[in-house]
Amino acid sequence: MQALSLRKLTKTYRNGVQALKGIDLDVEQGDFFALLGPNGAGKTTAIGIIASLVNKTSGRALVFGHDTDTQLEAAKACLGLVPQEINFNQFEKVSTILVNQAGFYGIPRRVAKERMEIWLKRLQLWEKRDAVSRTLSGGMKRRLMIARALIHEPRLLILDEPTAGVDIEVRRSMWEFLRQLNDDGTTIILTTHYLEEAENLCRHIAIIDEGRIIEHDRMATVLRKLHSEVFVLNTRQPVAVVPELPGYAVKLADDGSIEVEVTKSQNLNEIFAALSARGVEVVSMRNKANRLEELFMRLVEGRDAETGLATPAATA
Amino acid sequence: MSAGAEAVAAGVQHGGHRWVGFRTIVIREFSRIMRIWGQTIVPPAITATLYFVIFGSLIGRRIGEMGGVTYMQYIAPGLIMMSVITNSYGNVVSSFFGAKFGRHIEELLVAPLPNWLIVAGYVMGGLLRGLLVGLVVTLIALFFTRLHVEHLGAVLAAVLLTAVIFSLLGFVNAVFAKNFDQISFVPTFILTPMTYLGGVFYSIAMLPEWAQQISKANPILYMVNAFRYGFLGTSDVNLALSFALMVVAAAVLFGACVWLMEKGTGTRE
Repeated sequence: MQALSLRKLTKTYRNGVQALKGIDLDVEQGDFFALLGPNGAGKTTAIGIIASLVNKTSGRALVFGHDTDTQLEAAKACLGLVPQEINFNQFEKVSTILVNQAGFYGIPRRVAKERMEIWLKRLQLWEKRDAVSRTLSGGMKRRLMIARALIHEPRLLILDEPTAGVDIEVRRSMWEFLRQLNDDGTTIILTTHYLEEAENLCRHIAIIDEGRIIEHDRMATVLRKLHSEVFVLNTRQPVAVVPELPGYAVKLADDGSIEVEVTKSQNLNEIFAALSARGVEVVSMRNKANRLEELFMRLVEGRDAETGLATPAATA
Repeated sequence: MSAGAEAVAAGVQHGGHRWVGFRTIVIREFSRIMRIWGQTIVPPAITATLYFVIFGSLIGRRIGEMGGVTYMQYIAPGLIMMSVITNSYGNVVSSFFGAKFGRHIEELLVAPLPNWLIVAGYVMGGLLRGLLVGLVVTLIALFFTRLHVEHLGAVLAAVLLTAVIFSLLGFVNAVFAKNFDQISFVPTFILTPMTYLGGVFYSIAMLPEWAQQISKANPILYMVNAFRYGFLGTSDVNLALSFALMVVAAAVLFGACVWLMEKGTGTRE
């Protein structure tokens, strides 16, 4: 079954901006799905339409088969939303926010209090249950919004940049939490600017740009479309001269490490062998850029090249 | 699907979630009123006390009788009604606009609640504050004068309808407001003058004919007089017309508020 189906969804704002130009999107039940795109691409508008925060211009949105035009309440009951901006009452206590939100979904207060305890404990906020929400740290506020979105145990959870502005430790713990949630059966749609996050967590991906879906596939399939990757090789001794590696584009980085571009038809063994033969000992290696980031930039820059817009790559 | 999700889905299927949702909105609104009691209950109590001291005791003693009762007894229902009008309007306009401004209105917009129920929840919040403050002002009035209720039904019907109407008007104001100036504009420049000129402090029979006709175009006159009739048994206007106007106004405004929510005016992009 499909957790989400969008058909020919369009949105034109009153100022004439066409945020969505007829997008089609399917997300399977149980999936962990990444919706990516540059700022202003239409991600938040699409999420807003699904969650009834934005009026669509035309098209259809179905959540677990419930049409948001004809079965809005049933569609909303299946959905939990963690928005980009803080949107709880900052004068209310953490516990009050959660119990009230549960009430809006028809959950009686006694049951709501039990669920609040479960989710606050899972998100390590239980100690803060009586704190006024504005006193929470940025990471805690994000986790509170996740707890609020989960209080009615939605089948589909949409997170709009949930880890923006939180430190790496909190981000990693959120990743673990979301993975566990997905393993337990919740379908998750994630938008993020940390492409490493999407690559690590998500099985399917859609890239939206200028109101259109320009890529929609399995993460692995999308990543295979990258023809080359740049590896940074850290050597035991700093390298002063660029070693000659026939067939490979090699250059020296500022810290004395070596950067090698490797295409799909080439392999790393050849590079290691050639370097070893020249007495260069490689002690560690990493991707220069996140693979998804690389692909994302190529796709978006490709659009700009097609439309004749200047891009850093095109003007370089 | 988890057991919790199943329970929510079943509730939505049978509409059972609506009552819990409505109750939650009302509890949230009432908690807000009590949490900020220094802003919601105390100021109208102080204002009413000053009115009773200055207009009732000091000036009223020199005015003598009006409509066959002491001036204090005459203005008491008007002052109670004035506090109900101001507070039911003020509660909804500030609470709903605050929710828009802080974006926590989205908590309700994403929830499976129909728009009429959201409007009804906020109106109930305004009604509760209006009645609570009205009760406080009534108790204060009893320190200064004796209040005799002639027609309890008229008192209750008038106060409930008035509180509902002004809660709905506060909702409309909050829907269209884009900043805090716009939520104080209507109470300051429209509501207060209309209330003062709506027969709170005087009988329109004291006015020249042309001023009486102008006064009759003021809807607040009908509400104050319907309420005063419940206490004193006298009214400057036709009572059937007063209650008919209030019922129609409440129904039309409720429909308008729900329509604004359906359209997403001020709430959805």
